[in-house]
Amino acid sequence: MTDQMTEEPKASPRGTPVGRRVVLGVVGLGAAGVLAGRWLSSGVSDVVASTAPGLASIVPAAGGFRIYTVTGGYPEMPPADYRLGVSGLVNEPMSLSLDDLAQLPQTQMTKDFQCVTGWRVEDVPWSGVLLRDVLDAAGVESDAEALKLTSFDGAYTESLTVEQAMRDDMLVATSMYGGPIEVKHGAPVRLVAAPMYGYKSIKWMDGIELTRTVIPGYWEVRGYDIDAWVGKSNGRTDEPVV
Amino acid sequence: MSLSSDAPVSLPRFTRAERWVHRTLGVLMGVLLVTGAIMFFPDLSSIVGNRQIVSTVHEIAGWLAPVPLILALFSRAFRKDAGLLNRFMPGDWEWLRSRDRRSGRVRVGKFNAGQKLNASLTLGAVVVLFGTGMVMFWSSLFSDSIRTGATFVHDWVALALGILVLGHIWMALNDATARAGMRTGSVPEAWAVREHPAWAEEMTEQISSSRGASG
Repeated sequence: MTDQMTEEPKASPRGTPVGRRVVLGVVGLGAAGVLAGRWLSSGVSDVVASTAPGLASIVPAAGGFRIYTVTGGYPEMPPADYRLGVSGLVNEPMSLSLDDLAQLPQTQMTKDFQCVTGWRVEDVPWSGVLLRDVLDAAGVESDAEALKLTSFDGAYTESLTVEQAMRDDMLVATSMYGGPIEVKHGAPVRLVAAPMYGYKSIKWMDGIELTRTVIPGYWEVRGYDIDAWVGKSNGRTDEPVV
Repeated sequence: MSLSSDAPVSLPRFTRAERWVHRTLGVLMGVLLVTGAIMFFPDLSSIVGNRQIVSTVHEIAGWLAPVPLILALFSRAFRKDAGLLNRFMPGDWEWLRSRDRRSGRVRVGKFNAGQKLNASLTLGAVVVLFGTGMVMFWSSLFSDSIRTGATFVHDWVALALGILVLGHIWMALNDATARAGMRTGSVPEAWAVREHPAWAEEMTEQISSSRGASG
């Protein structure tokens, strides 16, 4: 009996543990992906950008913006009703309409947009008015040290020192990718604090108040760094945005 | 085949413990996929907003997700079914390759090869998502490169798992008897003979021998 049994089954009667192999395979691929992800994710972004540029706006892992809002949905503002208030320690408080902003010197810049959670959108073309030009129009008083920025979403705030605000890569943006800013990106006016992580670039901006001291913004009271230089804050070492 | 000529016979398929594991894991998976999708897809983020709340719910559900799976290991029936899902029989490859999977030509046991693959791919994805999720949760402990890699893997694996889960739901929507089996724990013999003939035969033999023994 035993002699005949030995030559019979090629496959084990219990089958092969394919399930275990699949699980281990998936976990192994996942671990490899974590180690290689930095190069893989920029590779995927490049391939998507060159083959299916529309995809990144639907699937952000393919190199597009991720949209963070802290309130329910998007705040909307008819362009005609929009005003940017400049108040606090200024010689002349102002309330600027979109037309008023268009009268000020216009600046264009193309910068990477780097989020503190790790994603980066490369070469985003912005245009608008340098924050410095807005501040100069209002006249900053000598005892002003900081800016408190507000959003008409009713919740988000941000901060900058006056020194930071005077840089030539801090833009009050009214245009993105050659067109008006989309609602999800902060229409009609947002800040672009290019050398800093994205949370400094307040969307739906409607107020600039000059203050004596820095008043930490929405994410800053929740643990993020106030001076949010890309690559030199929040424990990160990303390449700086230049 | 039938045991009795006058009443339809139902065969026990899933124990109460297994059904609760399926239910709780299903709910947690639903919460994770929906909150994840809200944070991931810009068009959904825009409708829902409230990022802080959504991400907190996602994190809590993520921590809870392994709990039903770990508790399930205390169930003998679950361990036995996990063993069946793990093992591929020679017929399973043939079933996967064949174009007439539903004809009954290849005799399927308690689980068909598609269910086996779905189970192992899902488990692998859950492990990867849990691991990369922890990296994202304790992000300050990891280098930027690892964080970026974890985010990258978490995004794409979640997308793939979402498609797998939608497929699973689609198959269930198309088979009310299979759904009832997971809801009540048992299935009619006729369904079992059609979908899982080898298992049906095994079960009917078991039942008739135990009946024979008791009466």
